Amino acid sequence: MANSARRDSPELPDFSLLKRLARDQLIYLLEQQHEVDKLYKVEYKPVVSTSDQLCFLIRPRIQTFYACEAVLEEQGMFGDVTTDEWAFYLLPLDDDIISLELPEFFRDNFLAGDQRWMRTAGSALHLLHSLYGPFSKVYGIGRYSKMAYESWREQVEQGEQRARQAEIGNVFLIDRDVDFVTPLCSQVVYEGLVDDIFRIKCGCVEFSPDVTASDKSVKVMLNSQDKVFNEIRNEHFSNVFGFLSQKARNLQTAYDKRRGMDIKQMKTFVSEELKGLKQEHRLLSLHIGASESIMKKKTKQDFQELLKTEHSLLEGFEIRECISYIEEHISRQVSMIESLRLLCLLSITENGELSFVTSNYGVDHLLTFSNLRQLGLLVEQQPGETLTVMESRVGKLVNDKTAGKLTDAFSSLAKKSNFRALSRKLNLVPKSDEEYDLRVPRDMAYIFSGAYVPLSCKLIEQVLERDGWTGLEEVTRLLNGNEFAVTAKNDAQRIILVMFLGGCTFSEISALRFLGREKGKHGPNGCSVSH
Amino acid sequence: MTKSKADEEDYWNSSKFKAFTFDDEDDELIRLKESRQAVNSIQRLVEEDDDEDDVEKVSWSGEPVGSISWSVKETAASNQRTDREPAFPKIPTDTPSLSKSQSGYSLSSLFKGKTKGGNFQSFTDTLSDSSIRLYAPELRKPKSEYKDYVSDWSPEETIQRLQQGKTAPLEKFRSLQDKLLLLDFAVSAHDGNVITAVLIYLKRTLSKEVLFRELESRQTALRHFIHYLTETKDQRLLLELLRALGRTEDVALLQYKEHLSIADENKRRDFLKSCLSLPFSAEDSAHVQDHYTLLERQIIIEATDRQAERGGKVEIFQKFPRRASILNMPLITTLYYCCFYHYSEPEGTYSSPLNIRQAFKISEKQYFVTALAARAKLKAWLDVDALFTSRNWLGFTRKKSPLSFQRVVDVLQKNSAPTQVLQDYVGLVEDPDMRISLAQKHKCHDIVINTYRDMKDRQQLLGYRGKVGRGSAEERKIDELLNNQQIRWKN
Repeated sequence: MANSARRDSPELPDFSLLKRLARDQLIYLLEQQHEVDKLYKVEYKPVVSTSDQLCFLIRPRIQTFYACEAVLEEQGMFGDVTTDEWAFYLLPLDDDIISLELPEFFRDNFLAGDQRWMRTAGSALHLLHSLYGPFSKVYGIGRYSKMAYESWREQVEQGEQRARQAEIGNVFLIDRDVDFVTPLCSQVVYEGLVDDIFRIKCGCVEFSPDVTASDKSVKVMLNSQDKVFNEIRNEHFSNVFGFLSQKARNLQTAYDKRRGMDIKQMKTFVSEELKGLKQEHRLLSLHIGASESIMKKKTKQDFQELLKTEHSLLEGFEIRECISYIEEHISRQVSMIESLRLLCLLSITENGELSFVTSNYGVDHLLTFSNLRQLGLLVEQQPGETLTVMESRVGKLVNDKTAGKLTDAFSSLAKKSNFRALSRKLNLVPKSDEEYDLRVPRDMAYIFSGAYVPLSCKLIEQVLERDGWTGLEEVTRLLNGNEFAVTAKNDAQRIILVMFLGGCTFSEISALRFLGREKGKHGPNGCSVSH
Repeated sequence: MTKSKADEEDYWNSSKFKAFTFDDEDDELIRLKESRQAVNSIQRLVEEDDDEDDVEKVSWSGEPVGSISWSVKETAASNQRTDREPAFPKIPTDTPSLSKSQSGYSLSSLFKGKTKGGNFQSFTDTLSDSSIRLYAPELRKPKSEYKDYVSDWSPEETIQRLQQGKTAPLEKFRSLQDKLLLLDFAVSAHDGNVITAVLIYLKRTLSKEVLFRELESRQTALRHFIHYLTETKDQRLLLELLRALGRTEDVALLQYKEHLSIADENKRRDFLKSCLSLPFSAEDSAHVQDHYTLLERQIIIEATDRQAERGGKVEIFQKFPRRASILNMPLITTLYYCCFYHYSEPEGTYSSPLNIRQAFKISEKQYFVTALAARAKLKAWLDVDALFTSRNWLGFTRKKSPLSFQRVVDVLQKNSAPTQVLQDYVGLVEDPDMRISLAQKHKCHDIVINTYRDMKDRQQLLGYRGKVGRGSAEERKIDELLNNQQIRWKN
């Protein structure tokens, strides 16, 4: 089940170093600089303490020192308080995932246009560059990617340079808004489903009692240390059952070995194997429970039909039916988030919003819609407005008969959105006459049941293959430019760092892992995860 | 892209999506249940030596805690004491990747705030120096730093210093020109922190008029300023700014947003009324009007219903006690509520569903779906039926539905409608295959039989015979049909 990696795949760098560094820095700050000996959690009640000085460790909403200091100054506390910064930047969540853990990133940057995290992004890159680099190639696309790159470059120039054996040679930066479509699609790989339903936070998830089949909920770390999870995380959900049942059978067999063992063998068994088996048993239970829970929830919600609608929208097929489904979905008031998600998907793929929505929901969600419009996730189709202006201008130049045909042509033009063109150019919706085998996936589309290759991952694949943007000019034009590629030297570096500014989905991570295995490269993913 | 119906069928039946459907409950769930049983049977074996140190203790390092307790619970008297030996972190001497580094590289440069003159400790030095104190540079800026370099930095240099987190007094830039230079350099540095820092200074030292005027032509700075004012909740200044920029709709939305902080429903209603005159866009204006009207109504309904409920005389409130007040609920929820509790009221009342439908211009489809859900929940099958009937000028009634019949069946079935009721609607599904599959699912035998008869499909009918009760009326009916010489079966 676990796809065997190519034997020549390079080893991943040791990211636990980041953790140790961060911890050491904090210890230093607290003990040496500020002589702290007790930690309290900040709550909304007055702090009682015997110490004459209090140290607060907080995650500020406003990252900047300057704004914080201004507030302190206004409150007349400036001299009484000293501030310091614990800049740890990056948190390794797994062997190949590092996170900035900045859920505010998306909202601040993309909704409010506040660039306060850009330096942080650059610093994170700088840290990685210093520890695991130096980087020899940087590719990117998007406004913020460019800014992060520039911030990084500046910090490199100001800092020290020295030679070391690079482990990460290439970096790819991509803004979330280059591809909004992918995060709007329902996920069907195991880890994606777990996230959608149970919410994975910082590499951990909490399973409720009905999943754990006990009377309490359990918090679990989900990473490659969980051997069961590691094998199924990237798999399409349809493969998960088969795997789990096989595992269960194997486990049974292993336990059954106990019968017919003599004392000596039993002793060996207990000291060497039992613990591992118990561990596996526990994990297996959890994941089976989780899978059952997922199955139950999704069949209840008519998931199959939802997927069908999404796939249709992605392909641009049977749009009428899709609209009708969305209408009904909204009427039934099943889930606001899901309805909005579908609407945004419709809007981006078809470049139009429909007024029926706001008439039903508008009263309650005026502000939400305003935000969505701001982000460009909901686009209003102005029926007739720009169209008629064009029509009348052109219409004056031609005679009556052709005017009608032109109107049709213009209508279809106006409705076309960049997504369709991109999809065609990059072949995002694979056409196949034969069956798409999810057990042995042949391309990244498997993460969406063979219906769609995520745009972001496809871009990354293409740019890496071409070592730049040559040949992709039309694509970048459709994405509003802001692409770049910089080469310091031509190393055959095979570990690539991909950084999503604004967060990425587990599906994308799975797709990139697939890409990595295919091409013999490993891609650690760095992301500012936002929920 | 247009495909013919046949292509459609092929498309959807093509194995592209056959690999897995969430509707394939039976097969997959059975396998899963088997796995579950297998695992559970092992449970007994495991329990003997089950010790509880498998409890997950999740600290983000996943490691034992150091001398400063990572687990804050510890100080809050938690019951999870970690007794493992305090691993006060020393710099690991055998870090694999670091050992690759050549001399001259220092970790200290990774930490913020280099000391003056770049006095770095090299990593190899710190290894030999056991004192942790030297391993990272001072993070607090020494006082000496402030003394010398007071007025020598240009705006550009000042911005650079700010970017690096160093102090640099802005107060020396007093001319407007200098201030704008600061701002423009900050913007081109792309660092939001620095931009905001400069803006804070400008806000303090420039009049509103001047500041607003300059911001108008600087979009990036403007965005940051708006965000800053939003976060510091400086509502007044923000409104002034938006007005000065002519962003009237934003002004309206911002003021409207205040309603969220008004708890009392009457005060909120009055506030909404005052919002009506704000300069919204046409569409938003209509929504705000609706919002006000809705809340006004909800207040009236809530008062009446609460009394009725307390009075104990109105049956429906006794049978189905209300779980929450209707205040501030969304429009459709309100409609559902009224379809549930006030369905048969005359159209003139505030709580009559038809009245609500008209007042808020709810679409036929939306109304239909909501009413269906509410009446089905109450198992009021006659009401459900009445939703479908309409009279044309000849006085005949025909069942028509804005919702597909499959969907209707779905809703009814979820509310445990009896088979006789379901049957009527299954029979109205147009597509024969869909009709058969639904009929089979809900055991509406007659429909299956009739459909096979209409399709003249002898084979299927024969096959279905085994599924009906032995000796039942349905079986007899099938036999009759099969023996009927006049039917020209196709197979």
